[in-house]
Amino acid sequence: MQDLPLLSLVIWVPILGGIWVLASSTSSSAPAARKIALAVSLATFVISLPLWGLFDTSTHAMQFQERSLWIEAFRIYYHLGVDGISMPLIILTTFTTVLVVLAGWEVIKDKPAQYMASFLILEGLMIGAFSALDAMLFYVFWEALLIPMFVIIGVWGGPQRIYATVKFFLYTFFGSVFMLVALIYLYIQADSFSILAMHDVPLGLHAQILIFFAFLVAFAVKVPMWPVHTWLPDAHVEAPTGGSVILAAIMLKLGAYGFLRFSLPITPDASHALDWLMIALSLIAIVYIGFVALVQPDMKKLIAYSSIAHMGFATLGFFIAFRILADGDATGAILGIEGGIVQLISHGFISGALFLCVGVMYDRMHSRMIADYGGVVNRMPVFAAFMMLFALANSGLPGTSGFVGEFMVILSSFKTSFWIAFLAATTLVLGAAYSLWMYKRVIYGSVANDKVAALDDIDKRETVILGSLAAAVLLLGVWPAPLLEVMGATVEHLVVQITATKL
Amino acid sequence: MTFEIPDMLPAAPEIFLLAAACTVLVADVFLPERYRILTYHLSQISLVITAILCLALFPETPQVSFNGSFVSDAMGTVLKVFILLATYFVFFYSKVYLRARELFKGEYFVLGLFAVLGMMVMVSAGSLLTVYLGLELLSLSLYAMVAMDRESPTASEAAMKYFVLGALASGMLLYGMSMIYGSTGTLELAAIREHIAGLESRNLIIVLGLVFVVVGIAFKLGAVPFHMWVPDVYEGAATSVTLFIGSAPKIAAFGMLMRLLVDGLPGMHGDWIGMLVILSVLSMGVGNIIAIAQANLKRMLAYSTIAHVGFLFLGIVAGTPAGYSASMFYIIVYAFMSMGGFAMIVLLGRSGFEADRIEDFRGLNDRNPWYAFLMLILMLSMAGVPPFLGFWAKWSVLREVVAAGMTWLAVVAVIFSIIGLFYYLRVIRMMYFEKAEQPAPVAAGADMRIMVSANALVILALGIYPSGLLALCVSALGG
Repeated sequence: MQDLPLLSLVIWVPILGGIWVLASSTSSSAPAARKIALAVSLATFVISLPLWGLFDTSTHAMQFQERSLWIEAFRIYYHLGVDGISMPLIILTTFTTVLVVLAGWEVIKDKPAQYMASFLILEGLMIGAFSALDAMLFYVFWEALLIPMFVIIGVWGGPQRIYATVKFFLYTFFGSVFMLVALIYLYIQADSFSILAMHDVPLGLHAQILIFFAFLVAFAVKVPMWPVHTWLPDAHVEAPTGGSVILAAIMLKLGAYGFLRFSLPITPDASHALDWLMIALSLIAIVYIGFVALVQPDMKKLIAYSSIAHMGFATLGFFIAFRILADGDATGAILGIEGGIVQLISHGFISGALFLCVGVMYDRMHSRMIADYGGVVNRMPVFAAFMMLFALANSGLPGTSGFVGEFMVILSSFKTSFWIAFLAATTLVLGAAYSLWMYKRVIYGSVANDKVAALDDIDKRETVILGSLAAAVLLLGVWPAPLLEVMGATVEHLVVQITATKL
Repeated sequence: MTFEIPDMLPAAPEIFLLAAACTVLVADVFLPERYRILTYHLSQISLVITAILCLALFPETPQVSFNGSFVSDAMGTVLKVFILLATYFVFFYSKVYLRARELFKGEYFVLGLFAVLGMMVMVSAGSLLTVYLGLELLSLSLYAMVAMDRESPTASEAAMKYFVLGALASGMLLYGMSMIYGSTGTLELAAIREHIAGLESRNLIIVLGLVFVVVGIAFKLGAVPFHMWVPDVYEGAATSVTLFIGSAPKIAAFGMLMRLLVDGLPGMHGDWIGMLVILSVLSMGVGNIIAIAQANLKRMLAYSTIAHVGFLFLGIVAGTPAGYSASMFYIIVYAFMSMGGFAMIVLLGRSGFEADRIEDFRGLNDRNPWYAFLMLILMLSMAGVPPFLGFWAKWSVLREVVAAGMTWLAVVAVIFSIIGLFYYLRVIRMMYFEKAEQPAPVAAGADMRIMVSANALVILALGIYPSGLLALCVSALGG
């Protein structure tokens, strides 16, 4: 198995599959396109499983490496490889895409082939970004994946979709071009586009700070961090359900992944010098955005803001590590970073599930407004049970995956400052408040109107989707050890990297 | 006569093209109207044979002949082949366009061939005089081509503007050349280079001459503040002519710039770099910002050309062989993207209807998803979004600018490219997200469909694997 180019397969099978779906749309009808799309996404998921099964948890070195010359004149390589940080994210991507294809099964009536193809191509590009070890290869995937998302929001989105999708594209493009300049600068310093070589290149503090900010613009827009988060609520609200799921579950993770792969190891001294800024921005996201989420009348917007708050936890975990390291406590730093990564994976499941829940209701009622609902439990008891689990997980209930990451980050924050930990912990209150208050207004109470009275409970397809996510949320919640083991060696190595100064 | 053969051989492609153009001209006169298509075929064959001659005579080392007035080197040959290739595409698209509008005349192709000859002479110029000769042959042919549609008042207006402003620019260039000649006493670029290298202090007359030369070049390329003619000519001329002006002559203008500044005046490097930086920043700024306000696609592409010229200068500003090859890559890529963009206008239009408003692309995805996809490739490539070829063009010039230590200029450039993205997205938005008003399917001949598809797909394919073209440009400049 080791000889198979597994990573290339998980990148190119969905992309070529997407082209196949597009090509099939002219000759046959929509059902064929759906079936091909499902088959391709399932195949990709199956191909991605050996990445986990054959993963060597004892080393931080890149695994499943593939390297061949791509652009000779500038020594750009087609260089792929995964470590304990990127591998779980790739599995998350292949898993989520299957669900998204299923979720769009009957719902998308307009150009279903193009819809499915966009998601498959997007999947391949996202996996490419997670596994690229050459900076230019990474950048090409990173930018290219905007195109299918741009089309998804713009074609199948809500009434304000054009505004939302153009805003999305311009914001993210704005962020990335500065990263491009930084990458070119690093190439000239390191004389190579290899990301691993960039990790080792010595840089002065001034250069590091400029590079750090260039990366920050790119990744902060993607994560998104306050104050460049404003594209996210618009994009989420207007995107079709599948688009929201992919955005929240995976694309936001790309930003966080960028911090871990680029900012921290390439500019450790700048990251250390500016950790106060990053911690402050993360706390603002957690506390302020938590309050903003509380007052949203639109369910999708509420979940979008809750995503920003939860991603704040991830970035807090990454940068609190510098504070803890300053006290010489490497274990605490590892705890913080690991907590941040667990939060990424867990948020992928939970936010995806919540957007799918809203999608289930939206397909029936064509409204996302909380005020239009009430008493859904009377008509949809099974659905209400699933949504209960996800709402609780979103507020960080022990036993669900939402608890693990948040707890680890709060615990590590305590090692350096009571007040940071205190502010971070407010999310447990705020998260519970906005999740459960929304749940109460939508699900409980008496049947609000005739439309609600006419609702049918979820069918088999929807049960499979929500059921598999529920299983993932619970499994990660009660038994996070396998995930922690996979990332252990990598995070330890990362902490060694950020401890060593580059000056 | 054998002693003259080494003298003539490097110029064989040009000599052949001259003979071919004259033959086509004469043949066209005697052809009855229903055989007019033969003129087109003859022109295309001439282009192909000229390209084959260029490749067959590929110079391993630079060859100089005609007493130093003519240089045949790797850069020149690569540029010539791409000029010929671009013209081949242009003639093809033009045939479709002109036939649909009953403008199909032999003169278009004859003038086109003479313009190509002018471009080739310009690219191979070894002296100031040859540069000027080639430039005038090119410009006069273009003026006539713009004016060819006599019925159209906008075309006549465009031709007039183009001619008056073009003549002014030629005058400037000539004036600058005369000063350089007066100071150095030679017309030969190689001799001028040596003369300047031997100077002990800066010669102000040469600097003044340089200013006028740069103005002339900036005018021909359409750099701000000498860009005023570009939008009017692009919009006013028939699309087939705009297509031509926007592609091959840009490659030739780049060749002229290289010959004059890099071959002839490298000693004045410090002076012209500053001028080019200003031209570059202004062009990127004005081009990208004004393009946002355009409702006409031809005008929008005209402003986008201006912005692209700004990017083109970046590589030259870097002042290294790698920078020049990055710019060369840029201009070749740009010529093919721009051609593809105008070809889409030809493709969607029909007799009595020009699809040259952005509005005309409304709902194209519903009417024909394949064409919408092709246009998506072209627009995003121009905007510089990977994985399309335009990204590598932008990337390679940015890389050289950063390598030259001018990171700030790279940052300015990327900021303007974000602004640029906005108006390219507008076209895509129109095609994909708006509903078509008249859901008429697009009717176009199979040959046209194949050519446009090939044009756009090459941009995608080379974007995914740009290695060969990049390496070609690097080796052409001996980097």
